[in-house]
Amino acid sequence: MKMSRWISMAAVFAVGLFTSAGAMAQQPHPWQMNFQKAATPVMEEIIWFHNWLLVIEVAIVILVLALMLYIVIKFNAKANPVPSKTTHNAPLEVIWTVVPIIILVVIAVPSMKLLFTMDKAQNPEMTLKIIGNQWFWSYEYPDHGNFTFDANLTQKEDLPDDKKSLYLLEVDNHVVLPADTSIRLLFTANDVLHNWAIPSFGVKMDTVPGRINEAWIEVPSEHMGTYYGQCSELCGVNHGYMPIAVDIVSKADFAAWVEKAKEEFARVDEPAVDVARVGARPATAGR
Amino acid sequence: MSDAAAAHDHGHDDHHGAPAGWRRWVYSTNHKDIGTLYLVAAMVSVLIGGVFSFMIRLELQSPGLQYIEDLQFYNVLVTAHGFVMVFFFVMPALIGGFGNWFIPLMIGAPDMAFPRMNNISFWLLVVGLLLLMTSALVAGGAGTGWTVYPPLSNATFHSGAAVDFAILSLHVAGASSILGAINFITTIMNMRAPGMTYHRMPLFIWAMLVTALLLLLALPVLAGALTMLLTDRNFGTTFFEASGGGDPIFWQHLFWFFGHPEVYIMIVPAFGVISHVVSTFSRKPVFGYLGMAYAMAAIGFIGFIVWAHHMFTVGFNVETRAYFVLATMVIAVPTGVKIFSWLATMWGGSIEFRTPMLYAMGFIFLFVVGGVTGITLANAGVDIAFHDTYFVIAHFHYVLSIAAAFGILSGFFYWFPKMCGKMYNEGLGKIQFWLMFIGVNILFFPQHFSGMAGMPRRIPDYPEAYAGWNFVSSIGAYISFAASLLFFYIVIQTLRSGEKAPANPWGEGATTLEWQVPSPAPFHTHDQTPDMRPQPAE
Ligand code: HEM
Ligand SMILES: [Cu+2]
Ligand SMILES: [Cu+2]
Repeated sequence: MKMSRWISMAAVFAVGLFTSAGAMAQQPHPWQMNFQKAATPVMEEIIWFHNWLLVIEVAIVILVLALMLYIVIKFNAKANPVPSKTTHNAPLEVIWTVVPIIILVVIAVPSMKLLFTMDKAQNPEMTLKIIGNQWFWSYEYPDHGNFTFDANLTQKEDLPDDKKSLYLLEVDNHVVLPADTSIRLLFTANDVLHNWAIPSFGVKMDTVPGRINEAWIEVPSEHMGTYYGQCSELCGVNHGYMPIAVDIVSKADFAAWVEKAKEEFARVDEPAVDVARVGARPATAGR
Repeated sequence: MSDAAAAHDHGHDDHHGAPAGWRRWVYSTNHKDIGTLYLVAAMVSVLIGGVFSFMIRLELQSPGLQYIEDLQFYNVLVTAHGFVMVFFFVMPALIGGFGNWFIPLMIGAPDMAFPRMNNISFWLLVVGLLLLMTSALVAGGAGTGWTVYPPLSNATFHSGAAVDFAILSLHVAGASSILGAINFITTIMNMRAPGMTYHRMPLFIWAMLVTALLLLLALPVLAGALTMLLTDRNFGTTFFEASGGGDPIFWQHLFWFFGHPEVYIMIVPAFGVISHVVSTFSRKPVFGYLGMAYAMAAIGFIGFIVWAHHMFTVGFNVETRAYFVLATMVIAVPTGVKIFSWLATMWGGSIEFRTPMLYAMGFIFLFVVGGVTGITLANAGVDIAFHDTYFVIAHFHYVLSIAAAFGILSGFFYWFPKMCGKMYNEGLGKIQFWLMFIGVNILFFPQHFSGMAGMPRRIPDYPEAYAGWNFVSSIGAYISFAASLLFFYIVIQTLRSGEKAPANPWGEGATTLEWQVPSPAPFHTHDQTPDMRPQPAE
């Protein structure tokens, strides 16, 4: 694990923007110039499409730069003392209108494909509810006894010495989710807007008071591990201090964790969400 | 200011000279003086906004909280920086400043259509700036970001008067801009010299006409939204409050319906400036004039139907996002027409690389860089990865604080001799350009990397992993700040000891009417309307 992370870091340095090979990078690393490693098929698609876009865009920038360099060399006052008087060239003008249109179509087709792939989960096997608060996240597991818990930032002094780099990413209670499972995520908030984002999952969704948003993830078992993210919508003073941490574990480990979590959380915490405000809540709520 | 003449001017007649002393400025109805006032206001604002950004970069230079303990203060800095730069630097410089100075000069009119309204426009702007500063100083300030999203901006989460002051500030600045826009539109439509048809107007005039129309249509929407927010905050309405049947997302629609046209309001005038500068220093007429003019009109029109590309993560259904992706990408077509027409204008030219031209070429190249990242963001699928990260910060600083600011600097160096009658020092100008060019690229390019790696925007502290590129960014900020100070030095040095500028310092390439009046342009110009009708062939 560690070894391969070094390899991937070296690769990032060597190939710059284009790499996405190597092993899991679950959190950002120093001098990173690229996406965090994909953990879901959706994020893989995003990275693939982005690289495709980048090739086209870099080509456009290089074309403009090359034309400008040519102009600087050929058409400076010394090299070309008598300016031409050309002000029109209809075929040229048609070309630089039509070619960009074609390029846009070439971009739009995979873009639409990506967009529609990312849409709602087809047959979710379980649901996780995510609730934004100033300034922590609450989670609910409606399909597993509807227990709920809060996740608060871990202070720097509480992190072990070799984990200080996780400051502003680490929280006290990780979300735990099973691998190889199609999971529906439901989002809402209790106070202001927040945004729940995990780069590796390709998920970034506003949590809006009075509304329920939906997204989905499915992490294959080869990508089991811990993933970090941060609140991505300005939500007040401590906006930078409400990170997100998710453990993706095997189905068996998840089942074991659920049993433990029911013990630990269910009776202790009141439901984190005001039922009337958030609406749809399974009948099993509150015991 | 003016010479001893007319120490006490009694009454007025049609041929008065410049009134003396403070009255000349406070009561001014002269388009050139008002233009100068706008430029001075923009310069004051850019210093204020610049100090805010300097403080932000100082704080972000390394991980951990360095200087700012009060995190509300950090958010206030971010908010005030955005407001000041957008409403009190870029808009006053390009629109109030260059627009007032050069619309009448370029179309052969003696002044703006409504000179007194012009005075009101300017002073409302000053009131707006004062209200904004007040907002930052009362009740902990407004820490909402320039987007002012409720519920964070409502009375529950920003209970003091700060947000109310910010709202009033935008209201007043908006009224100022609407009045200015009416003035510009009326002037351009009615006061052009005979023979100057729409299809023969200089491109800067086209740019200002498009901009003024955008202002006139977009700002009332902002004003409506602000009013609703104000009543939500103070009179118990619930337009943006879910618990009262309102909707916080409604604000975002209104804000961005204004906000996207607003970004074009800030760049289209720069398009106009760049066309003149490129043509002047290439000693060639603009290539594809009509295409250039209608490209701006098209950009302005499409700008009104793409607003929700700022809202791809609010939870729209997929069809809505698909529409906004496709509509947004269409803007790239007229934008491409502009880029290639500028290149074609230079092609075959006999180019002199004076400071305004360096800024124009910098504009073209870096606007392309910012434009392509715009295309990336326009694709809702990948925008999931980029929204609200530093990548967006990089994108809009490439198009705004690089491209729009380069447009301002290009226009300033180009027209400064006309405005003050003196030449700046060309060597210093070029040094200033290169320092600025290097500074802003070191500042903003690494933010693409931080954003891609996932660093969210608007945070005062970040995980250690993001330290490297943030440090580089901060160094770039200090270089850019030094370049800005050098700019102010050049302005002062020119005013004090610049050489006298001829009527047309740029030679045969400078063909528009402003170069036919002396430098500095006299208090009254075009008393006799120039005749622009095509001369019969000899
Ligand atoms: C090629 C044309 C352009 C396209 C396709 C484009 C696209 C976009 C998109 C999709 C976003 C939203 C990103 C996000 O928040 O996730 C955005 C943000 C932004 N763009 Fe552009 N853009 C273009 C040109 C410009 C220009 C010319 C300006 C201004 C001069 C500009 C200024 C901004 C600003 C200020 C924001 C951020 C607003 C905020 O969230 O605070 N853009 N752009
Ligand atoms: Cu937040
Ligand atoms: Cu936009």
